[in-house]
This record gives sequence, C-alpha cells and structure tokens, in this order.
Amino acid sequence: MDFNGRNGALEITEIDPFLAELLRQIPASTNPESVPAAEGRLFSAPAGPAETELCAEWKVYVEPELRRLFQGSTETVASDLQQLGDNEKPFDNCTLRIPREHSDAWLNALNQARLALAAKYDFTEAELCDHYRSPIGSRRDLSLFQVNFYGFLQEFILREMECGDV
Amino acid sequence: MYPSQPIASAVESPTITEETKSKDALDLPWQVVVHNDPVNLMTYVTMVFQKVFGHPKEKAEMHMLEVHRNGRSILWSGARERAELFVQQLHGYLLLATIERVN
Repeated sequence: MDFNGRNGALEITEIDPFLAELLRQIPASTNPESVPAAEGRLFSAPAGPAETELCAEWKVYVEPELRRLFQGSTETVASDLQQLGDNEKPFDNCTLRIPREHSDAWLNALNQARLALAAKYDFTEAELCDHYRSPIGSRRDLSLFQVNFYGFLQEFILREMECGDV
Repeated sequence: MYPSQPIASAVESPTITEETKSKDALDLPWQVVVHNDPVNLMTYVTMVFQKVFGHPKEKAEMHMLEVHRNGRSILWSGARERAELFVQQLHGYLLLATIERVN
C-alpha cells in the first residue's frame, strides 16, 4: 500500500483486498451498536456528575448536534469508499482517492471508529501501544489491528494536511 | 528605596462601605479541561488545540504533553458560555473535555 498527496488529494494506491475490506468497515465501525461503553465514549459528559443541570441541557441541545456532525462525516467517508466497490476483479489491489476537502471528515470518522472499537473491546493502554502484536486470532485481535490501521491512516492524513499537499 | 518619613499620616483611612454583588458578579470563572485518552493520537490532539484555541504549534504541543503526562490540562478559563462552546467544539473532535468551576 502506498500513500501520496498529489493534485489536491490524498491517494492511497495498491490497497490489498484485506486492507480494502477494513477500509469498507469504517462506517459500520463508527456505530456504537448499543454498546454503552462505546456510546458513552463518543458522547462523553461535558462536566462532572455534580453539574446535573448542565449535563441534562447538554443531552437535549448539544448531543443531537454532535450526532449530526458525526453522521455527516461518516456519510462523506462512506461516499468516498464507494470507489473500492468499483473494482472489476475483487482480488486485485485497488486505489482510493480522498479529496482535500474531505480530510476533516476522514479524521473524524476514523476517530469515531477507533474510539468505538477501543471502548467496545475495552483495550488496555498496553494493548493499544503494542503495534507489533500478531497473529490475528480472534475478532478482538482484528479490532485491535483495525484501531491501529485507522490510526496509521490518521497520521498520514495529518502529515499531508500539515505539508499542505492535502 | 524607603521613604524618608512615614507616609501613613498623609493617607486618609479608607471608608469601607458594604457592597452587595449580584449572583452573576459572584459567579466564579469556569475552566476548560482536557483529559487523557489512550486512543486519540498525540498529533491529532495537537492539531485540535491549534484549531479550537488558535494556539501556535509549540503551545498546543505543550498542552498535549501535559494531558499525556499529568492526565489533564487546563486549556482555557473564563465565562461559562464560552467555556461550554469550547467543550462542544472539543467533543466534536471526540476529545475528552469537561467544563469545571475554578476553585
């Protein structure tokens, strides 16, 4: 897999079928799936438990806005990911082009997915820092790989944003 | 430098009148606190601080490292309404942020 920032876009080329599938799973991974820990992490409290009034108002007025923001980012990413479905030969490597103006949406959706997965599987800090863990032997291992892979993508997008290429 | 003679006599004793302040005037400022989170990337947190607070990269990194090492960092303090707005922006970037009364 190669990364390039060119012509006002971020291009990821030579994506193998396994990583392409993980990319396709970004939108689904942002869904907390009624897992209270994941829901609680994506929509964390704005203040300590003593500030009951503030927290109650937040639920009513701010949380719906945050949900719309997160949903919008996820939809943008899902739309870009449709490029991966265009591959005529399903086992060939493919290319994904992320337009410059979608960078923030990608960072947001990738973060939603990472946080939701980490909360759902209750990964420890040590597990999250162990980037060389292998092999993948369970759904939990795969999810940890996803968290790290999505983090790698975030790093690349951030670097390209800083360079001004994307 | 010390004065050559006492100046206390030249100053009249202040008259203290009892003042009553409104609830708003007594309202202590609030602070925006960002808490550590093992999932959010350090580079991402730095970028968010730059975007939300307009900090230069060095200052944003200093706060990010404070969050990382101490578990929390106070990013801003002032009026409640503005503090809430900052926390809302930080939650939009999925950072763990809270608003707290300044003690």
